[in-house]
Amino acid sequence: MRLTKKDLLGIKDLTVDEINLILDTAESFIEVSTREIKKVPTLRGKTIINLFMEPSTRTRTSFEIAGKRLSADTINISASTSSVVKGETLIDMARNLEAMNPDVIVIRHSASGAPHLLAKLLRQSIINAGDGAHEHPTQALLDMMTIRTKKGRIAGLKVSIVGDIAHSRVARSNIYGLTRMGAQVTVAGPATMLPRFIERMGVTVHHRIEDAIRGADIVMMLRIQTEREQQNIFPSLREYAKYFGLNRKNIRLAKDDVLVMHPGPINRGIEIAPDIADGPASVILEQVTNGVAVRMALLYLLTGGRT
Amino acid sequence: MRLLLRGARVVDPSQPIDEKIDILVENGKIVRVAKNIYKSRTQTEADAPSTLKTLDLRGKIIVPGLIDMHTHLREPGFEYRETIQTGCEAATAGGFTALACMPNTNPVNDNHSVTGSIIRKARECNLCHVYPIAAISRKSEGAALAEFWDLKDAGAVAFSDDGKPVMNAALMRRALEYAASLDMPVISHCEDLHLSAGGVMNEGFVATELGLLGIPGVAEEVMAARDILIAEFTGTAIHIAHVSTAGTVRLIREAKAREIRVTAETAPHYFTLTDEAVREFDVNAKVNPPLRGIEDVAAIREGLRDGTIDVIASDHAPHAMTDKDVEFDDAAFGMVGLETSLGLSLKLVADGILTLDQLIMKMSTAPARILKIPGGTLKTGAVADMTVIDPDAEWTVDRSCFRSKSCNTPFHGWDMKGKAVMTIVGGEIKYQEP
Repeated sequence: MRLTKKDLLGIKDLTVDEINLILDTAESFIEVSTREIKKVPTLRGKTIINLFMEPSTRTRTSFEIAGKRLSADTINISASTSSVVKGETLIDMARNLEAMNPDVIVIRHSASGAPHLLAKLLRQSIINAGDGAHEHPTQALLDMMTIRTKKGRIAGLKVSIVGDIAHSRVARSNIYGLTRMGAQVTVAGPATMLPRFIERMGVTVHHRIEDAIRGADIVMMLRIQTEREQQNIFPSLREYAKYFGLNRKNIRLAKDDVLVMHPGPINRGIEIAPDIADGPASVILEQVTNGVAVRMALLYLLTGGRT
Repeated sequence: MRLLLRGARVVDPSQPIDEKIDILVENGKIVRVAKNIYKSRTQTEADAPSTLKTLDLRGKIIVPGLIDMHTHLREPGFEYRETIQTGCEAATAGGFTALACMPNTNPVNDNHSVTGSIIRKARECNLCHVYPIAAISRKSEGAALAEFWDLKDAGAVAFSDDGKPVMNAALMRRALEYAASLDMPVISHCEDLHLSAGGVMNEGFVATELGLLGIPGVAEEVMAARDILIAEFTGTAIHIAHVSTAGTVRLIREAKAREIRVTAETAPHYFTLTDEAVREFDVNAKVNPPLRGIEDVAAIREGLRDGTIDVIASDHAPHAMTDKDVEFDDAAFGMVGLETSLGLSLKLVADGILTLDQLIMKMSTAPARILKIPGGTLKTGAVADMTVIDPDAEWTVDRSCFRSKSCNTPFHGWDMKGKAVMTIVGGEIKYQEP
């Protein structure tokens, strides 16, 4: 089976079969990263450009490692080193990159829809590594892979996503993916963090973390962006930590075998207590490990690979 | 020079008439509106046969020249988007014989020399009437009143800080009072900048899915409510620009029922498109106020039908590709409209929302009355501004054929029925369908 898409722009566009194909492929790539010589020649001669117009450590490194372990040539461009500082538009920069004939362009951008703009213009495969508050499909895929590996299934599980849903691309991609795979998704946060009509995305809405995580199989905590305090999205970090943070007390409401997830980077002691982040229920670092495998799978499938 | 228009159906809501009747134009004025002027032609022509031009307009409709009371001509300052010349060419091609242009140029039209220069240039273009709308506040910064008397004397017909709202309620109060003493209308762009801050599209389910920051309908409604209350207090008239929400329609309907002197306009995109048009991050569907939900579109159409909304204006907002071909967040707000307004508005007639008479009221007679400018009528003695519509002409919007310098439209490729085939300004044919 092969992925017939040119680009990966969002989870919304993926079918159940496509998600399973990506996750199955990713599982087969896990082993490569455990070898002594962590490299296979699969993408030898392919060029991958990582165009990161917004700060990122985890995702950019993960894509770079994924490309290198498949023997592709990877080039990183960040906003501060790109020609946008000279006033070049995204479209002009992309056309110039296209002229150098890469095979895949991975893009992270603060504006929703930026990868879609490139996908329409360029013949290369575009992978969305996070666009504004829209989608972060590779994060959702690695989250689904982690859940599937740990729980053996996704369908029927109760997944609670807690935090600033309105500004979260991770939340949107996970909502699309998890609901499509048959999970029951609950979102929670103060009303200021829940975008209008979010329930139409097929989720249950709560305004208290306790209500959201009761009986949950998975609790996914979102990073609180501290600059949102100025926009009156929440009154103070202190209040947020007290009423919406995941801690040793409220986690007891979840199932005994609950998995705690977080896309990172975490704010220790704010949305998640340190002992929970480091505790036995936490799979935060396994998410990161799986991220490399998921990205290897995508690079492989989008450049024509098949399983 | 005399012009005889014969055989057409004449629709003039100012009289009102709707019948097959001939119109005789002499020296730029309508001198006779009567049946069968054509048949008595030999006598009339006997006086000066060579100077009479007869147009056979059977199958066509003659209406008072369309007036667009909300246009952005971009000159001075943004001539790469539009000039007075290209804007007037687009207007006449779209069937407009007059337009009022908003002051958000560079420099802002907040003084008599800018107003005067626009009028002079428009006169040189010699296509359609151009009526400048001057700024309410100096540089449209919302702090200090512009020189209303001086602007009026220079030829401005109304005041507005369009593009920017007047956030200071006290300034709006003074503007309404001062303008009323000059017998000049004030046009309000209703938007609370705190509520709309950062927004790039309607706050609704589509914005939620796309992760784009929303502009809530209430950002428009709180300001419409405020301005209606101020107008009630001062006892003066206010015109609400580009109504986009069901809530604003309701506020205006209630205000009119209480006999507050409020008038309102909407634009074709607000009764035609919803925020679903933004789905594929189409920058040509990015406009301020934003395209709203389906219930808003229904309310706008009902507001047009029941008379709550007096005017259809284009809010023609040309932008070059360089303003638009960027990330959605960074793209400029606005769409061109002069060459699609009539076609889209005729769909309201086809849909049974408005009669043709009511439509022409909203696109000609009402804007003339609100701005207190000539036109909007085909009465004997009136200026001979007329639009000839072919109601059966089927055409497809092709932005590459626009006379406007810009082509930022979400309606490219749309099928239309009904079109302006001739635009007559002051008795002269300024546009004729090729």
